[in-house]
Amino acid sequence: MSNFLKLFSSAPWSAKFGMLTILAYVVISIFAPFIAPYGETELIGRAYEVWSDKYLLGTDNLGRDMLSRLIYGARNTIGLALTITLIAFVLGSLTGMIAAALGGWVDQLLSRIVDVLMSIPSLIFALLILSIFGTAMPYLIGTIAILDATRVFRLARATAMNVAVMDYVEVARLRGEKLGWVIRKEILPNITAPLLAEFGLRFCFVFLFISALSFLGLGIQPPTADWGSMVRDNATLISFDDITPLLPAGAIALLTVATNFVVDWMLHKSSGLKDVN
Amino acid sequence: MLTDTNKIDDEQLNRPLLEVKGLRIEGLSEKGWQEIVRGVDLQLKRGEILGLIGESGAGKSTIGLASMGYARDGCRITDGEILFDGIELSSAPENEKRKLRGTRISYVAQSAAAAFNPAHRLLDQFAEGPVDHGVMSRREAKEKGRALYRSLDLPDPDNIGERWPHQVSGGQLQRMMVAMAMSCGPDLIVFDEPTTALDVTTQIEVLKTIKEIVIDRNVAAIYITHDLAVVAQLADQLMVLRYGNLVEVNSTGQILESPKEDYTRALLDARSRHEKTTAEINNPESLLNIDSVTAGYGKGTDVLQEVSVSVERGRTVAVVGESGSGKSTLARVITGLLPPRSGEISFQEELLPPALAQRTKQHLRKVQMIYQLPDVALNPRQRVRDVIGRPLSFYLGLQGKECERRTIELLEQIELSETYIDRLPDELSGGEKQRICIARALAAKPELIICDEVTSALDTIVAKAILDLLQRLQHELQLTYLFISHDIDTVASIADQVVVLYAGRVAEQGSKLAVFQPPFHPYTKLLLSSVPEMKLDWLEKTLSTREAQAGIAREVKITERGCPFVERCPEAIPDICVNDRPPLQTPSSGHLLACQHSPQDLT
Repeated sequence: MSNFLKLFSSAPWSAKFGMLTILAYVVISIFAPFIAPYGETELIGRAYEVWSDKYLLGTDNLGRDMLSRLIYGARNTIGLALTITLIAFVLGSLTGMIAAALGGWVDQLLSRIVDVLMSIPSLIFALLILSIFGTAMPYLIGTIAILDATRVFRLARATAMNVAVMDYVEVARLRGEKLGWVIRKEILPNITAPLLAEFGLRFCFVFLFISALSFLGLGIQPPTADWGSMVRDNATLISFDDITPLLPAGAIALLTVATNFVVDWMLHKSSGLKDVN
Repeated sequence: MLTDTNKIDDEQLNRPLLEVKGLRIEGLSEKGWQEIVRGVDLQLKRGEILGLIGESGAGKSTIGLASMGYARDGCRITDGEILFDGIELSSAPENEKRKLRGTRISYVAQSAAAAFNPAHRLLDQFAEGPVDHGVMSRREAKEKGRALYRSLDLPDPDNIGERWPHQVSGGQLQRMMVAMAMSCGPDLIVFDEPTTALDVTTQIEVLKTIKEIVIDRNVAAIYITHDLAVVAQLADQLMVLRYGNLVEVNSTGQILESPKEDYTRALLDARSRHEKTTAEINNPESLLNIDSVTAGYGKGTDVLQEVSVSVERGRTVAVVGESGSGKSTLARVITGLLPPRSGEISFQEELLPPALAQRTKQHLRKVQMIYQLPDVALNPRQRVRDVIGRPLSFYLGLQGKECERRTIELLEQIELSETYIDRLPDELSGGEKQRICIARALAAKPELIICDEVTSALDTIVAKAILDLLQRLQHELQLTYLFISHDIDTVASIADQVVVLYAGRVAEQGSKLAVFQPPFHPYTKLLLSSVPEMKLDWLEKTLSTREAQAGIAREVKITERGCPFVERCPEAIPDICVNDRPPLQTPSSGHLLACQHSPQDLT
């Protein structure tokens, strides 16, 4: 714990801001039922009520409390994005490292599959799959996870390639170590820094992707609250000079910025650059 | 403005070009700023070479760069004066210094391969400096480049600049780098270990170039190295450094003849040859037998051609040759990384499966390898405990306490204390890392250890300590080594048997005594004469020999027929050597020599 505090205090202000913001999001999404004044799908008033003491941020197009839905939205959107990113990472980095460690036809096969997947614009591809199979949660998670895994694969393969040619990997192979050991003990520890940095970025992209899909009506389905569809549902308010629909968009933007601050700092740390001044 | 170096009056000649007084430099470490150069003075005139010697961490490079008014990231000049031709560099503004660098002061880095941009042609990179500084137009700069290439004896000087960096040899690239440093006609050149990564024969060609440049063009030079024998050929003055302190400064002759400090003596001692005497072994038992192995990569030519080597238990067999001779390929064939195209390898009378995947755990355990660069041979994320512990648990099934006890035992064997067990490679010096690599190899209880250039990346003193350690371990544990090296000196101090490899073929092999005494294969003679000796004028004498004139500054070429060495051989017989494979001669039992000449003629 004291190590963590030391690390935190040594971070630049941007990274501190980022970490605190992420912490706030996490707390809000975990404790959503206790923080939110109303239920997630509860109809509590008329549609489009203005900001007041009763409804702090007004109500939406169906008369649900905006603030409560924002809070529950954090839970749904972040939870989903995190799940997808984790799956994408496990899948992408594992196959990437296998491709780098084995080389030859395994590498060729995996790389060509990834090339094919990457050659289709991802949003179009996702729309296609989701309209064929429907928008049930497993399909949504699976589709985005596989699409994002291709990007992780590329990074993991490229960085693992650099490690795989090192003498210490040759030592392990000469010792007779199995593929699992080489990947887990020799390669993975040496590529965690770029992978972690990519995790932060990828998380943001997934997040935006889900919101985009929701906005288009193919993401998280109503009545579940999520930030992307909240923007769409209340978009008409913009014409009445009301900024309420921008609040979920702002929540997305803030988290993206915060994550990137932390990622930048981690990248800087792992690059080993010294601050002279 | 350019100084015309040919027309300098006497007064200017006698005034020091560079004067450094009380230089102090601090470096940033985890413990904060720490002094790494502690008050160094130096003076340098035109036409003079100053040698800076010391092991790594002595502050040589830092001083070299500081004399250009430059401090690396994480370093700062805290005190002292750096006067270059009357200009105070330590306080000069950055853009002032930038104007000097590249035009009047230039720098030649250790690794030319890393210093050239692989994406630009050589001549374009040459022209970059002068054009950027506004000294010449691009056309003029290229013209000058070609002229310099010619004066540096580079092959095909008019067109070589159109090549990419990977298309010329290491020695040529290093000379290209020297040419680049000369592009604006500088007054001062800083050479930072320019020959350390090179073969002995290539080293001579670069040394010759540097010496000519300094004398002909009347520039001043600082030559940084850890190898006394090399710098003795060039420098007028030597400065011995240790931990950022000045140990001794004197003329080269004085330092070689009568060193005053113990440390200087240790440096001299590390370079002088200590020949190992081969002990008698009763009933020698053959351990490894390489029988007529031919191997190559992909669909390329055969990098090894019908190589046969046998290694007896308890002996050290050294494989010598320049880069490109196939030494490391031989190691890859033995370890199974590169299955041979033909030929067989047997170990303890048992045929070894050619490919790694077919070998059993016991096969793998018996042959261990130690690498040239300990930095990349150790996983930076694994602690010493894991590095040494893994072979113990993998091969011998040792766990927990038992494993730790054995690890500590191994650490003691390599003369490191128990406290090293939880260190990461970052927290070890180069020599310590190599020791850990040795311990890792020992942990497997191997029958044979392949040492691939294990001392080439180390300072002379550290290298000597590693060789001593290997010898002691051989005594205590009856180890067998296959020792791969390009350095005949190292080989002389450790080997029992020597195999001289050239372009994938065995040129000569036999006991060390037989190989290092006449009759010589012409290639062995060239290698032996190229090892720098701690004598003044050694360079000139060597360059005047027939071997050197025919043999240095040439690439190793693999040939399909005839003798591969023919182009570099002063004894070559026209037609015959080009077309016919040289026959194997046996001047004495166990001594093989592949040459058209009879042993009587090869003295």
